[in-house]
Amino acid sequence: MPTEFRGTERYIATEELMAAVRAAIVLSRPLLIKGEPGTGKTLLAIEIARSLSKPLYEWHIKSTTKAQQGLYEYDAVSRLRDSQLGESRVMDIRNYIVKGNLWEAFDCDTQPVLLIDEIDKADIEFPNDLLRELDRMEFHVYETRETIRAKHRPIIVITSNNEKELPDAFLRRCFFHYIRFPDETTMSRIIDVHFPGLKRDLLHEALAVFYRLRDTPGLKKKPTTSELLDWIKLLVAEDIPPEALRSEDARKFIPPLYGALLKNEQDVHLFEQLVFLSRRNVR
Amino acid sequence: MFVKFFFLLRRHGVPVTTTEFLSLLEALQAGLANASAEQFYHLARVCLVKDERHYDRFDRAFAIHFKGAEELFALLPRELPADWLESTWIRELSAAEKAEIEALGGWEALMEALNKRLEEQQERHEGGNRWIGTAGTSPFGAQGYNPEGVRIGSDRSGHRSAVKVWDRRDFANLDDGVELGTRNLKLALRRLRRFARRGAPTELALSDTIDATARAGGWLDIKMVPERHNVVKVLLLLDVGGSMDEHVRICEELFSAARSEFKHLEQYYFHNFPYEALWRDNRRRVDGHIGTFELMRTYACDYKLILVGDATMSPYEIEVAGGSVEHWNAEPGRLWLQRLLKAYPKFAWINPVPRARWRQTQSIEITRELLEGRMYPLTLTGLDDAIGALG
Repeated sequence: MPTEFRGTERYIATEELMAAVRAAIVLSRPLLIKGEPGTGKTLLAIEIARSLSKPLYEWHIKSTTKAQQGLYEYDAVSRLRDSQLGESRVMDIRNYIVKGNLWEAFDCDTQPVLLIDEIDKADIEFPNDLLRELDRMEFHVYETRETIRAKHRPIIVITSNNEKELPDAFLRRCFFHYIRFPDETTMSRIIDVHFPGLKRDLLHEALAVFYRLRDTPGLKKKPTTSELLDWIKLLVAEDIPPEALRSEDARKFIPPLYGALLKNEQDVHLFEQLVFLSRRNVR
Repeated sequence: MFVKFFFLLRRHGVPVTTTEFLSLLEALQAGLANASAEQFYHLARVCLVKDERHYDRFDRAFAIHFKGAEELFALLPRELPADWLESTWIRELSAAEKAEIEALGGWEALMEALNKRLEEQQERHEGGNRWIGTAGTSPFGAQGYNPEGVRIGSDRSGHRSAVKVWDRRDFANLDDGVELGTRNLKLALRRLRRFARRGAPTELALSDTIDATARAGGWLDIKMVPERHNVVKVLLLLDVGGSMDEHVRICEELFSAARSEFKHLEQYYFHNFPYEALWRDNRRRVDGHIGTFELMRTYACDYKLILVGDATMSPYEIEVAGGSVEHWNAEPGRLWLQRLLKAYPKFAWINPVPRARWRQTQSIEITRELLEGRMYPLTLTGLDDAIGALG
C-alpha cells in the first residue's frame, strides 16, 4: 500500500499538488483546494482515498447546510412521536442522536479521508462554526454530555469555488492550494489517461484548437477539462480526421462540434461573430 | 533567514500570521522540503498563502529573498537554525570582502542598507511585469552583491538553467489588491438585517407546539410558522461620471455582492447631485429617466436610502436653480436632497473621498450640513457607522 499520494492512473497530479497533499497529510492540517471549475478539485479527495486505500467520507455542502449537521443531529420529532406511541427506546436519548459525516469520520478505525465539498456554498458563518472541530478534531455532544474525539485525525480536503470569501481564522488553520488550469503537457497526459491510444496528431490539433478557444476574449464560461474530454469523445465517435481541425488562419476557423466546448448561448454567439468579423476583414 | 522572509512577505502585502509561519517551520522539521528550492517554494506557498490572489506577491517576495540561494536548499534538513543562510553567506565571502563589510559598518548595517535598496527597487518596478533590474551601483556591486538579493560566491549557471517557478509569475493576473473585501462589507451589512415571518408556514414553532400539546392533555399538536426572512429594503443612489467612475465600480460590486443580504436592493444613478430625475441604467441616462417624485412614490418610506458620491462640485450645483452642469434644473439640488431625506428618514451618504479632505471642499461641507452630519467615509469603520445610522 503506498504511503504517499503521487496521483493515480486516473488522476494526474502536478508536483506542486503532490507537495501540498504531502504537507497536509504529514502535519494533519485540512487542505483547502481552489481552482477553476473542471480542474478536479472534488476528484482529488476521492483519488487520495483510493490510492492510499483509506475510507472516504463525503460531506457535500449546500446553501442550507449548518455546521452542526456535520457533527450530529438530535431527532426530537421522532422521539416525541415514539413517546406518544409508548415505545421503550424513548428512554435513551442516544437512540435519537443521528451522526453526521464529521462524526462518522472521527469514529473510523483507520485514518479516513474526509471531503468537505464546496464549502463556499454555505452560509458566511459556516466555516467559523467548524474552527474548533477542525483544529482539535473533537466536539461536544450536548444531549449526552459526551466529547467525541477523532480516533485518527482524518485527512481533510476542502474545496471552494470562490463564491464567498472564507474567514481569516479559518484560512489560518488550513493549508491552501490553487489548482491551476493544466498546461498543454499536463493536459495531454490527462487526455492520455482518459483516451489511451488517441492519435497523436488528433490530440495535438484538438489541444491547439482548445487553448485558442480558451483565449478568446470575453467568454462568459471558458471551456474546461471536462468539456475538452467530452469534445474529444465526440471527435473520436464521429471519426473526425485531424486535418479537419487544422486551418490556415486560426481566427477564421470554426472547429467542428464546437457546441461541446461552448455551453453558453452568448459565448457561441460571440465566438461566431468574432470569426465572422475576421473573415470579413480579410476580404 | 526565515524570519526575515516572513517580514518581507508581510511588507509585500501577503497577510501571513505567526501561526502559519510556525506551521511552515514544523513542515520543514518534518523534512517535507529536503531536496530542492522548488520543493521549498511549493511547501512555503502551501503553508503561508491562503488566497490565489496573493500568489503573485508571494512569488515576488520569494524571488527577492532567495535569489542566489537556491543551492543551499539541498542542505536544508541537516541544519536548520534561524539565521543559517546569513552565516553561510558570510562564510563564503573572502577575507578581503569581510574586511570591506566591516569598513561599511558591519554586516547588520549592510543588510539594512541592502533592504532599503530592495524596497526602493520594489516600488520603482511595481508597474512592470518583471521586477529584476540590475542597479549595480556602489557598495553592493563591489562585494558581489546585487540589489535583488545577496549573491553568494558559488557558480549558479550550471545549477538550474530553466526559469525558476517563482520567476515565471504565473499568478500575476490574480492579484487584485482591493482593500475593502466583499466579505468585510457583508459582515458590516449584516447588522442591517431585520427578520420577519411572512409566507407559508414551513418551520416548527417549538414553544407554540409545547403549549398546544400541553393544552391538548399531552396529545401532540404541532404548530408551524413561516420561515424568517430578511425584510430590509435598500434604495441605493450612486453618483456616476467623472471622478466618481472608479469608486462607483467598487461600490456597485460591493453592494451587488451583498444583494443576498437584503430583500430588495434598488439602484439608481445621478450625476454630482440628485435633482428632479434619476436613471436606472447608466447606458440609458438620456432616455431611461425616472422622476424623483415618482421614485419617492414607488418606494415607500420603509426603504433605507444610501447615497454614494464624492459630493465634490461647485457649490452652485447645490444651491442655485440651473446650477447643474448637465441640464437646466428648475429647482436647486438642495431642495431635492431635502425632499429625499424627508421621504426616507433612514439615510446615509457614503463618501469615497478620505475624511481628512472633507473640510477643504465647500460642497462637501454644505452636503454634510444638509445630511445632518450623516456622511461616512468608504472604509470599514465608516460603513459600520453608516449602517448604525440606518438601523
